[in-house]
Amino acid sequence: MVTGAAVELTASELRDLAGSVPDPELPVLTLAELGVVREVRVLGPGRAEVELTPTYTGCPALETMASDIRLVLGGRGWDARVTTVLTPAWSTDWISAEGRRKLQEFGIAPPGPVRSGGAVFVELTVRCPHCGSPDTRLLSRFSSTACKALRSCNGCGEPFDHFKEL
Amino acid sequence: MTRAFKNAATALGDDALVLAQRLGEWSGNAPTLEEDVALTNIGLDLLGQARFLLSLAGDEDELAYLREEREFRNVQLVEQPNGDFAHTIARQLYFSCYQELLYRELASGDSQTAGLAAKAVKEVAYHRDHAVQWTLRLGDGTADSHERMRRAVDALWRFTGELFAPVEGLDVDLPALRGEWLATVSQVLERATLTLPTGPDRTAWAAGAGRQGVHTESFGRMLAEMQHLHRSHPGATW
Repeated sequence: MVTGAAVELTASELRDLAGSVPDPELPVLTLAELGVVREVRVLGPGRAEVELTPTYTGCPALETMASDIRLVLGGRGWDARVTTVLTPAWSTDWISAEGRRKLQEFGIAPPGPVRSGGAVFVELTVRCPHCGSPDTRLLSRFSSTACKALRSCNGCGEPFDHFKEL
Repeated sequence: MTRAFKNAATALGDDALVLAQRLGEWSGNAPTLEEDVALTNIGLDLLGQARFLLSLAGDEDELAYLREEREFRNVQLVEQPNGDFAHTIARQLYFSCYQELLYRELASGDSQTAGLAAKAVKEVAYHRDHAVQWTLRLGDGTADSHERMRRAVDALWRFTGELFAPVEGLDVDLPALRGEWLATVSQVLERATLTLPTGPDRTAWAAGAGRQGVHTESFGRMLAEMQHLHRSHPGATW
């Protein structure tokens, strides 16, 4: 997958490149906006290591993410090794502000702040990403991917996905 | 990697793998589309945990596809057939309440499984919540749903004692977790207008049971389905 001689790049530039890869299941977001690209290290001339963290332990998109990153860095002549790290555990709080805006625009209600403590379960209002109404209801706690729940808007009647707080 | 640690990773990995396979059997068969998606998503989380844990013990594919029944170390609870939807929910309730406590303990420790446990405990809390919601709805629902839920919690009760038997190499005091588990489950059942089963919580005929590789009748058939593709076409990939 490595094509041509390695273009000179710093770890930070490599990180930007890896982070620019779109998420395979939510292509509106980049991996950087999703907050799953951790460390990027230069191992040697034209060789780098990229650390990825999964959103959910069983996330099936991880392998595609890894091969997409290898492809993008390979296009600049870099041989990238992609490894998976679990600690610290990914949280929806790591989705960037820009990422949240894009989710909303795409018709997916972005996650609210993660509840801390967990002792008191307060159902926060999830606003409809289509019409902005706070009057929405939960249809299913699981949706098209492990990270989303299915809701419906009582205002405009449209169903929508909600990126669950984790 | 010590033999004892591998034993513990295999036990926990097998629990997750076998339950993931059972939940996957609902794919295309669940009572509603939403539940089809829910149960398979829970299975996917468990499969992710299983891959990590079994990789600590050896080659994940070899362990999943090439071991014989007696080499699996999962508790018997997770291998029980799906039954009707109430049986699946009762199994989920008993197991997710246990797994949440177990992972919480592991996450606060310093073993190699702490990172996974810290991540997975958040997923499992959601599984537990799903099981609790359905237990309440079925138990406190119609006469038929109540009766089915009662039968399910009673039928699976005898497999719950094994959850709290010590596992060699696991740095968690499992017997000490039983009190909290019992309090949670009792409270849910009470809210669901059900009664905590009173019978023995372990089977007399299976000393040591799943953790020692002794499994129930339906497990062999489940394994045959899970393993036949890999055994027929070794190394097959998508």
